[in-house]
Amino acid sequence: MTTRSDAHGGVIHDIGYRPYAGPRLGRRYATRSLYVQSLRAAFGLGRSGKSKVLPFLLLGGMTAPALGMLAIALFAQLDEMPMDYPGYLAAFAVLPQIFLAAQAPVLMSRDLRHHVVPLYFSRPATRGDYVAAKFAAMFSALMIVLALPLLLLFTGAMLAKFPVGENLLHLLYGLLAAVLYALVYSALGLLIAAATPRRGFGVAAIMGVLMISFAVANITYALNGGFDPTQESASWAFLISPSTLVEALVNQLFGLDADSPSALHAPDGAGTAVFTAVLLALTAGGYALTLRRYRNV
Amino acid sequence: MNTTVARLTARGLFGRRRVLILLAVPVLLLVISVLARNNGMDELDLVHRILGTLALGTLVPITGLIVGTGVIATEIEDGSIVYLLAKPLPRWKIVTTKLAVAVGSTWLLSAVPIYVAGLLLYGTGDEVVLGYTVGALASGAAYSAVFLLLGVLTRHAVIAGLAYALIWESLIGSYVDGAQTLSVQQWGLSLAEAVAADGTVIAPVGLATALWLLVVVGVGATVYASVKLAGLTLSSDE
Repeated sequence: MTTRSDAHGGVIHDIGYRPYAGPRLGRRYATRSLYVQSLRAAFGLGRSGKSKVLPFLLLGGMTAPALGMLAIALFAQLDEMPMDYPGYLAAFAVLPQIFLAAQAPVLMSRDLRHHVVPLYFSRPATRGDYVAAKFAAMFSALMIVLALPLLLLFTGAMLAKFPVGENLLHLLYGLLAAVLYALVYSALGLLIAAATPRRGFGVAAIMGVLMISFAVANITYALNGGFDPTQESASWAFLISPSTLVEALVNQLFGLDADSPSALHAPDGAGTAVFTAVLLALTAGGYALTLRRYRNV
Repeated sequence: MNTTVARLTARGLFGRRRVLILLAVPVLLLVISVLARNNGMDELDLVHRILGTLALGTLVPITGLIVGTGVIATEIEDGSIVYLLAKPLPRWKIVTTKLAVAVGSTWLLSAVPIYVAGLLLYGTGDEVVLGYTVGALASGAAYSAVFLLLGVLTRHAVIAGLAYALIWESLIGSYVDGAQTLSVQQWGLSLAEAVAADGTVIAPVGLATALWLLVVVGVGATVYASVKLAGLTLSSDE
């Protein structure tokens, strides 16, 4: 029996091409690289100068008040910081929200629009690794934005010789609040950003969800007589918005501002447990839905 | 007006699943109104909270932002605007057509639900609901024009619009009275005051000022957007 090549009398020549014989760095290395690249992209590092402006402006806007307070505390010889650590995060909550809205689509939507997601998945890193790396990158970026001003405040407190123990404890409360904010925000932001290949639409949708849920939570609170201190049940309204959810939970958990009527609190009793459960469910649910979204791209 | 451009714009805005996100806003407003209806709170206070703070203060700017930037900024961003610009159509016609679609969509998604929600909450008494609807119509149109201009001017139109709505109108506007004179939301509120019965709605900006500023900003933004679109340079996406 003659084959085609025999008929042509052809031979396959070895012309000396060599296969890659070096070390293969594998799945974990690929995931780690994706994480580092995404974290840098969240701050515009490794991209054009224009895309660095916004993230650093927001980071600056978040830390500037802390520097101001530090200066005031040092020069006016106060005996404590003008704002508590978790209170600082609550007061300037809108800046990390804008950071999330601006940068989550940078991480997710651009890959979708330029159709590079299938290229990632043709390498050792799996779909789960992709989502995990992006989530970790967004979480870390938000943690930098949230924790930097707290650390500055703490440095200021140490320079001004405020009591170490109390400040350290409240710094830890603040850092825990930052972790919770970053978890919920990343899960929701990435889920929304992954739903659309259009960056502008993603930005507006994330901010819309955060702003509208915040307005709805406040209105529900007011409608249920929240400003009347005897109406404890009105505080359930804080479940509606991710930012009030974390703020109310942290305040209740550590008994912060217990005497101030304007501070948000989770309701007594089952409140803490329910708020924690909702927070975990939001994070896990957002993460799971993002995974599901990448199941077939 | 060019019907083909209008049709393509509307499809870009509402196509695929985007209409669901846009519809969430009016549905939310109606759900809250139904829930709050028999709350036992003072009805006028309730209307001010829901129509004033929630609808005019948050929903109208957000809808205007999504729609106003959605009609043009997304097309500029993904570069498909060149196919439109290459057609023998005056640029100002493209801008006015897109603006008409944006204004129409904003009205449909915010002013109409505000009227319905108002009827649910308060009925037609004192013209309060009508006032808020007129305010939403005016401010919705102004927001659309301003955010469309932002979409032509900058790649970060949504962020710039958010900075205006959140930082200027909400944050600075609540501390500095002068900032309220330059706030689209307050102009809308001023129209609401003029339509509603005396003393039911209170606005910090005078009616004449509000009307003039609304017209100047709306027309100015449209003209400037046309000029800018006439000499648009497409920057590559990084």
